[in-house]
Amino acid sequence: MIPQIFQTVPIEHFVYLSAVLFVIGVVGVLTRSNAIIIFMSVELMLNAVNLLLVSFSSYHQDPAGQIFVFFIMAVAAAEVAVGLAIITMIYRNTHSVDINDMSRLKG
Amino acid sequence: MMVLIILTAAGILAMFASVFNGRSVVLPVSLSGLFAAGYFALLEWNTNTTYFEAMRMDNFAIAFTVVCLFAAFVFLLLYHYMHYSSDVHYAEVISIILFSLAGVVVMVSFTSMLMLFLGIEILSLSLYILAGLKKKDLLSNEASLKYLLMGAFATGFLLFGIAMLYGATGSFMLSDIAYYLGLHKAVAEPFIVTGIIMLMIGLLFKVAAAPFHFWTPDVYQGAPTLVTGYMATVGKVAAFAALVRVFQLGFSPALETYQFLFAAVAVTTMFIGNITALYQKSVKRMLAYSSISHAGYMLIALMAANEVTNGAVLFYSIAYTLASLLAFAVVAILQQKSGSDEVSVFNGLSKSSPLMSITFAVAMLSLAGIPPTAGFFAKFYVFSAAISDGWVWITVLAIINSFISVYYYFAPVIASYMKKGNEEGIVLATPVKVLLAIIALLTLLIGLLPGSLSYLI
Repeated sequence: MIPQIFQTVPIEHFVYLSAVLFVIGVVGVLTRSNAIIIFMSVELMLNAVNLLLVSFSSYHQDPAGQIFVFFIMAVAAAEVAVGLAIITMIYRNTHSVDINDMSRLKG
Repeated sequence: MMVLIILTAAGILAMFASVFNGRSVVLPVSLSGLFAAGYFALLEWNTNTTYFEAMRMDNFAIAFTVVCLFAAFVFLLLYHYMHYSSDVHYAEVISIILFSLAGVVVMVSFTSMLMLFLGIEILSLSLYILAGLKKKDLLSNEASLKYLLMGAFATGFLLFGIAMLYGATGSFMLSDIAYYLGLHKAVAEPFIVTGIIMLMIGLLFKVAAAPFHFWTPDVYQGAPTLVTGYMATVGKVAAFAALVRVFQLGFSPALETYQFLFAAVAVTTMFIGNITALYQKSVKRMLAYSSISHAGYMLIALMAANEVTNGAVLFYSIAYTLASLLAFAVVAILQQKSGSDEVSVFNGLSKSSPLMSITFAVAMLSLAGIPPTAGFFAKFYVFSAAISDGWVWITVLAIINSFISVYYYFAPVIASYMKKGNEEGIVLATPVKVLLAIIALLTLLIGLLPGSLSYLI
């Protein structure tokens, strides 16, 4: 069902690749100031997880991991819909999507 | 399963009612949905029904479902009486609340990591929207965006943890993961260690424990006050139930290894929450820090990990939910009247509305953990769970924190009784009065007769 050919590549390579993608996402979230780019970085983190799940799924010969990926995709799409709506709402009010402009809440 | 179906159906009905000009049926539909959901949840008491090997309605799940349904009930009534005529999105807000409850039910009853993820996301997506409810208000916008970005970031960590655990164990089922972890030295495998730590980071974000709490004050302050009350009760209680469930059903063999991490998180959470709360001028922000510190107290119960943990966590959740609902309801009413959320709005409250000042005082006593309120026994059960497991030093620190918290909880109470302010009477709708009185009485009643509530699950 799941092609055996994947297993000729050691699992560590997939893990390293997704870990690197995930870290790029994390660094993006922490350093960028444009809300849209932060959002893209979050998506990158989720896609790194998808890659990880698919590769584990093929190594375990277990479809559950790939099913999980479909759920992540669906939820990520819902999150994008909500997220872009919120960003649009803010852009209408402030004409900016820079999170450094958003520091009205302070204690 | 009926609970989920009813909640979603009621949500969809409420949403469509507004399209067909049926604004007046929204509240009856949603309240009957809540009661039906509560009834069907309680029907499954002691049955341990399992659905598709992914959810199990055990007593733990049912108890937490009912607590959250009650909080939502209070929210819906308050929202109805405060915003029915002023908010054009009245029906949509109520349907989003009902959808978020579907997420809560999944979050407290999952037995598979997939359902954990879905439950958290259903609840969080609803809360992101609710935080940004006031579309023209920049503070609300900002709260919504911060919550969304931080929440999605935390979800990334949660998922990475789940993926690593799947890689190590080959399953998403909590029981399979627990079996694998019980094997010789499996706890120390690198995939498992990364998996559990990443998953912990993701969940601690959701319960707002230090050092992952920094989004909480901003979000709680910026969001509309009633919504903040909903987030602080339902959002926190459900996330905490999920955390307890993951560690009890899935990671019980590993708990010993991670106890120390929990201890460190609990202590920093309590200190950061309580000490920062001392400096707040805004009551909402003060309550946000107080909710952070309460996450710390609840973590102590989880860390103790013995047979009384579940009962202690449930009791704490009930006491915390009742008191927070009361506190946020009063702040929301005052904020609607005066437009401010500073401590000074409480000046002279005992003259202008004796009911609100007394219920708020009860809420603060309960949050501070002073007898004879529910909060006292909540802390008592948590601390005795910790001591019975040998965690004396952490209990001492927690008690010191309780003393610190008395200072800031009493500031608004003193303002309402001692200081002179606007003495013009505040008119409340009768159902709101009854609701406030009932919650305050429940808080006192549970405090006077803690009885068997903590042995329920």
